[in-house]
Amino acid sequence: MIKKLVLSFPVDATDRPLVYDLIRVHDVSINILKAEIQPGKTGSLLAEFEADEAKINEAIAYLNDNGVLVSPVSSKVSYDQERCIDCGNCVSACFSRALTIGAPDWKLRLDPERCIACKLCLKACPLKLFKIEFADM
Amino acid sequence: MKTYAEINDKIKSGRAVVLTAEEVSAMAKELSPGEIARKVDVVTTATFGAMCSSGAFLNFGHATPPIRMERIELNGVRVSGGLAAVDTYVGATDCNPERPAYGGGHIIEELVAGKEIQLEAWGKGTDCYPRTHIRARVSKETLNEAYLYNPRNAYQNYNVATNTTDQVKYTYMGTLLPKMRNAAYSTAGELSPLINDPECRAIGLGTRIFLCGTEGYVAWNGTQFHSTRPTNAHGVPTAPGRTIAVIGDLKRMSTDFLRGVYYEKYGTSLFVGIGVPIPLLDEEMAHRVSIRNEQIESTIIDYGDGNKVLGMTNHAALRSGEIIVNGQRVRTAPVSSLAKAREIAAILKSWIERGEFLLTEPVRPMPTGTSLRGLEEKEC
Ligand code: SF4
Ligand code: SF4
Repeated sequence: MIKKLVLSFPVDATDRPLVYDLIRVHDVSINILKAEIQPGKTGSLLAEFEADEAKINEAIAYLNDNGVLVSPVSSKVSYDQERCIDCGNCVSACFSRALTIGAPDWKLRLDPERCIACKLCLKACPLKLFKIEFADM
Repeated sequence: MKTYAEINDKIKSGRAVVLTAEEVSAMAKELSPGEIARKVDVVTTATFGAMCSSGAFLNFGHATPPIRMERIELNGVRVSGGLAAVDTYVGATDCNPERPAYGGGHIIEELVAGKEIQLEAWGKGTDCYPRTHIRARVSKETLNEAYLYNPRNAYQNYNVATNTTDQVKYTYMGTLLPKMRNAAYSTAGELSPLINDPECRAIGLGTRIFLCGTEGYVAWNGTQFHSTRPTNAHGVPTAPGRTIAVIGDLKRMSTDFLRGVYYEKYGTSLFVGIGVPIPLLDEEMAHRVSIRNEQIESTIIDYGDGNKVLGMTNHAALRSGEIIVNGQRVRTAPVSSLAKAREIAAILKSWIERGEFLLTEPVRPMPTGTSLRGLEEKEC
């Protein structure tokens, strides 16, 4: 099967040659469609993974273990604004800065354009207010 | 110099001048502490954050025939059976290990919301309490008493958390990304109660406060009360110092200011909203409440690596969204709600302005000269 995925990582996330390992150790063939690297900040990679499902899942687990976040493309993130207490826990986890909080009112803001569907906010919100819908799994 | 009685007379007649701690910090840019002490009577402080050392005492009432409850479950969560026959204490972090995402904090929130909770209890059966098992539904309507009693809240200057390892850490300070991709802070800064009265001149046993939407009281010094931390040039401890134990009627609280929460891979807790009024008795107190974010310094701790101290920062920097740790730019975010803390400070201010909330002089001051002991593992 072929899966289109976004990999997000800090530029210096690891000292290991991740993509090399994926191909050699996990036997996944990778077609990189797009790479975005901001110097000194995060990088993201849009790539197609080709292998059987078990191998792709192994590869994703391997990347996660190395601090790289993997998410399917085309997702829609939302949260329950009624119940939100503006605590900032989701902002802390959201390194792509889709979620922000700050002066003057210190209320949570979401910019869906910046969301890379890493799903960290789902776990980070202590009230479990986030939902992500995937258009392409 | 003003006395509590004079300030309360002004409150009763609707003449008291009340500001929030943020408002007075702004005012202090123009006015001296002496001028502020003359102008302002009360300053309101507040915080709304996760406070694990929280919980509620409940009394279920006796059934016929009666039972001495020894093993007690609320919605399947085991709670304390170590009190008298039908009393319990639900701790915020109580949970069923098989379903760790639901626990004491959620039960307390549901009780406040007026929901029914399933009670199941077992006893061995005694001569005076023959029954061995009971199931019932309870709510704040059916309980005799339900009061929050939190042994440690409102930490004075909690640490800033980050993580230098290459693994994500899930903590009570939230999700800490690898290689210091974020740093989390949990203090309301210049609005924080124990930052505005750093030596507890006004906050003591019996201090009336805002607690989760209703009035509550400071019941004792909080556990881990550390009054001898080093202080900075502005008299603020630079590491977690004093704490307060608080008490209040759960039946009158609001879920706007009390929430059960779950931290991934950590467990459940309770978000608690606290507001503390500080009377400006003299110039010294006016000086203390004038504290600004840039004057509050906190310790940065590596939660990934054995709580190592990584450095210091201040709250203006934390709020700017970025601090420097070991030469690296680190993104910051709060994990307690400043928006809610401001709401609480504003509500408390309006209660005092309307004459509905009088100040209390502590019946006993907080202890001095205390520090923290670790746990020594002695062989038994
Ligand atoms: S999934 Fe959540 S944490 Fe990840 S980028 Fe989108 S909003 Fe941010
Ligand atoms: S973590 Fe949840 S409650 Fe806190 S600001 Fe984000 S959405 Fe709101």
